[in-house]
Amino acid sequence: MTITIYSARKVITMNPVRPNVTHVAVRDGIILGAGSPEELAGFGDYTLDDRFDDKVLMPGFVEGHAHTMEGSLWSHTYCGWFARTDPNGRVWPGVKTIDGVLERLRQAGAQLTDPEAPLPGWHFDPIYMGNTKVTRRQLDRVSVARPIGVMHASGHIMNFNSRALALAGLLKPGISHPGIPLGTDGLPTGELRGPDAYLPVAPYTGFSRDALAVDESGLCAFGKLCVRTGTTTVTDLAARLTDDAVPMMLRVTGAATYPARVVPLRFSLGVTPEQLIAHVEELAGKSTDRLRMGKIKVIADGSIQGFSARLRPPGYYNGAENGLWYITPDHMAEIYERALAKGIHVHTHTNGDQATDLALDTMETALRKHPGYDHRFTLQHCQLADAAQFRRMAKLGMCVNLFANHHFYWGDEHFRLTVGPERAERMNACRTALDTGVPMAIHSDAPVTPLGPLFTAWCAVNRITASGRTQGTYEKITVAEALYAITLGAAYTLHLDAEIGSIEAGKKADFAVLEEDPREVAPELIKDVGVWGTVQGGRIFAAADL
Amino acid sequence: MNLPVTIIGGYLGAGKTTLVNYLLRNAGGLRLAVLVNEFGTLPIDEHLIEARDGRMVSVVGGCVCCAYGDDMAAAMMDLRRLAPRPDHVVIEASGVALPASVAGTVSLLQGFSVDGIVVLVDAETVQGNAAHKYMGDTVTRQLAQADLVVLNKTDLVADPAAVTGFVQGHTSAPIVPATGGEVPSAVLLRAFPNPTLTGPAHVVSVYRTLSIPADTPMDPRATAAVLASADLGILRAKGFVQDAAGRCHAIQCVARRASVMPAAPDASLGLVAIGLGDTFDAPKIRAALAMACVARV
Repeated sequence: MTITIYSARKVITMNPVRPNVTHVAVRDGIILGAGSPEELAGFGDYTLDDRFDDKVLMPGFVEGHAHTMEGSLWSHTYCGWFARTDPNGRVWPGVKTIDGVLERLRQAGAQLTDPEAPLPGWHFDPIYMGNTKVTRRQLDRVSVARPIGVMHASGHIMNFNSRALALAGLLKPGISHPGIPLGTDGLPTGELRGPDAYLPVAPYTGFSRDALAVDESGLCAFGKLCVRTGTTTVTDLAARLTDDAVPMMLRVTGAATYPARVVPLRFSLGVTPEQLIAHVEELAGKSTDRLRMGKIKVIADGSIQGFSARLRPPGYYNGAENGLWYITPDHMAEIYERALAKGIHVHTHTNGDQATDLALDTMETALRKHPGYDHRFTLQHCQLADAAQFRRMAKLGMCVNLFANHHFYWGDEHFRLTVGPERAERMNACRTALDTGVPMAIHSDAPVTPLGPLFTAWCAVNRITASGRTQGTYEKITVAEALYAITLGAAYTLHLDAEIGSIEAGKKADFAVLEEDPREVAPELIKDVGVWGTVQGGRIFAAADL
Repeated sequence: MNLPVTIIGGYLGAGKTTLVNYLLRNAGGLRLAVLVNEFGTLPIDEHLIEARDGRMVSVVGGCVCCAYGDDMAAAMMDLRRLAPRPDHVVIEASGVALPASVAGTVSLLQGFSVDGIVVLVDAETVQGNAAHKYMGDTVTRQLAQADLVVLNKTDLVADPAAVTGFVQGHTSAPIVPATGGEVPSAVLLRAFPNPTLTGPAHVVSVYRTLSIPADTPMDPRATAAVLASADLGILRAKGFVQDAAGRCHAIQCVARRASVMPAAPDASLGLVAIGLGDTFDAPKIRAALAMACVARV
């Protein structure tokens, strides 16, 4: 067995016993030690690898809430307002006008040989264009022959051209649906609001029927995004993990060149709690180092910007009706109780504070029946939680994964429209979470916002919104706390902190290879720290070579 | 012809599954296709099941039942491929689903049209559920979206009138009392071939039916509007009428929800209405319908 000692400009270990060293020794994908070359030489003969001499090594970043289907989305046309890097490293400039979106779709269509092939676009964001409505007539200018569907960044609205509506049988008068506005001609305008409305049409335009599913090439592509962002472990936070999908995911992640550890959580809907538990137990047994199955994802409510999150009084700032429950209390309770009894890990999506209350109440009752030691049940997003709720989470032994990126992308909307100034300032309350003793991670929810743990850290540290305002100064955290959140913090919420999240003896040789020390740049510049690539399980992945 | 779809909504414990099983036992020759969601189980009485094929279960009398998990649209597409074709689709919505949203989805699926929304409530628990810290507004929103409310388990409450009054405060739909989810299929489902209600005597005896000839031409929209008006006590009405120009139309009403569709020229003309004995006003219905008659052109 060969020992490699990597020398670096700096190794940030996140191990407080020896936080800064210059060398790390690796054998067989495992860290033998972090320290000086003299100390590490004690392990025996080694090869010195000095390729990182001008780099800074950190523990590989852990993204605790993402969806690998972003990899599949990149086969569609990117229509977003902000520039975004695709898996191959191409930076797609943000599109700033409706005409720009149409032009980009036209260019994408010109690449297709079949004039009737569907043309899917994604991440269109008219919020930044004065909420301009797009009509099917405008998309018809791109093509009347091919079906076109454009998903909004929020994921709650899609625009279609006439061809797509006609294929789905919706280009007709007499439609009466709250999510389908009609034009003066009595026909749909082409904007379909809410999954109820757009799901019957989306598959005609090249979108997958199962919006959560990643395909083989998409999972491969997602691995490249991980390397570019320094991420070595990533969750796939709501997967159906069907009998077809699991062998594919095992094959892809099992390839010698696959650069990330994927942690897919089994989405709870569609099966009974009993079947759910049996399924994740079976999946746990099939897990490998790079595909960790056996956890459950529950979804309690919708989203705040979609007005489908469940809010406590005083409810939505603009007076919108309260949101939707996606699960009954009894169903959630049965999943929690069965999972606690078996020691199975559950993560629960709660966006609104009322949904968080339900999860806390359910957890409290379930724990009385099945005291679970070190269960680490995690609330995901949990965007509106207040201090009292964080105190309960701490007492119940729960973790939280806050949606720091959301604050940048939709913070202005929340301030102005959804929850109003006071609650917008406390959203994604990282400071309060840490001060109340709740183990905390922060996340991107890719593809909702781009994968990029350093960007996510920047969001939590600066709390700057897209318009440039600092929103909720009190809830800022320090750079050190943010770096902890994207490494050990996230690893803890996945029960993986014994294996990953820090550079110390016995852990996986997972490193983010950076151009600078994020602790030494100005806090408002952390997101701009360059990422050279990663080391994952001792294997080296340079972003430039992908 | 689109397949008619009835959405059965209501909170947990209201008796949706019991009602669906009653419909399957008393379908009266109709081929029902039932989609169930709650917890993803298939809660059909074992003795009704004839065969299983994946998620699809064949039930006595040519009916099928399917657990749709989390993709209702896909399950509906499967139903469209069934041979022989079902006569009516019944969707048992999840306890937290807003039935109007389910109906909205159904209205967008090719080959289907919404027949009506039936919301079940448990007479014993509805007041408590409507005050539930988390689910209260879901329960009352479900009631507000109903075309028909079935007030189930009325035998278990001391004062059914008080519960009925409470439910009336949350819905404008007619309220049908029931025990054990027993409501005649003719009230809940579109096709009923004749005005004789089928089912156990204790179930059908509280209902009245009325057959109305339609030999003279009628304005189909005006006729439908009459049948759907609130003051006649009609729970369901259906039939065929001929307009002044001699074209045939099918009329379907579930309480206040009415639809008029073109029908085959050889349709057998006539209307049938069903209501509860204590509110059904046959003379008033006849008089109101006479107003919808028009001169032949």
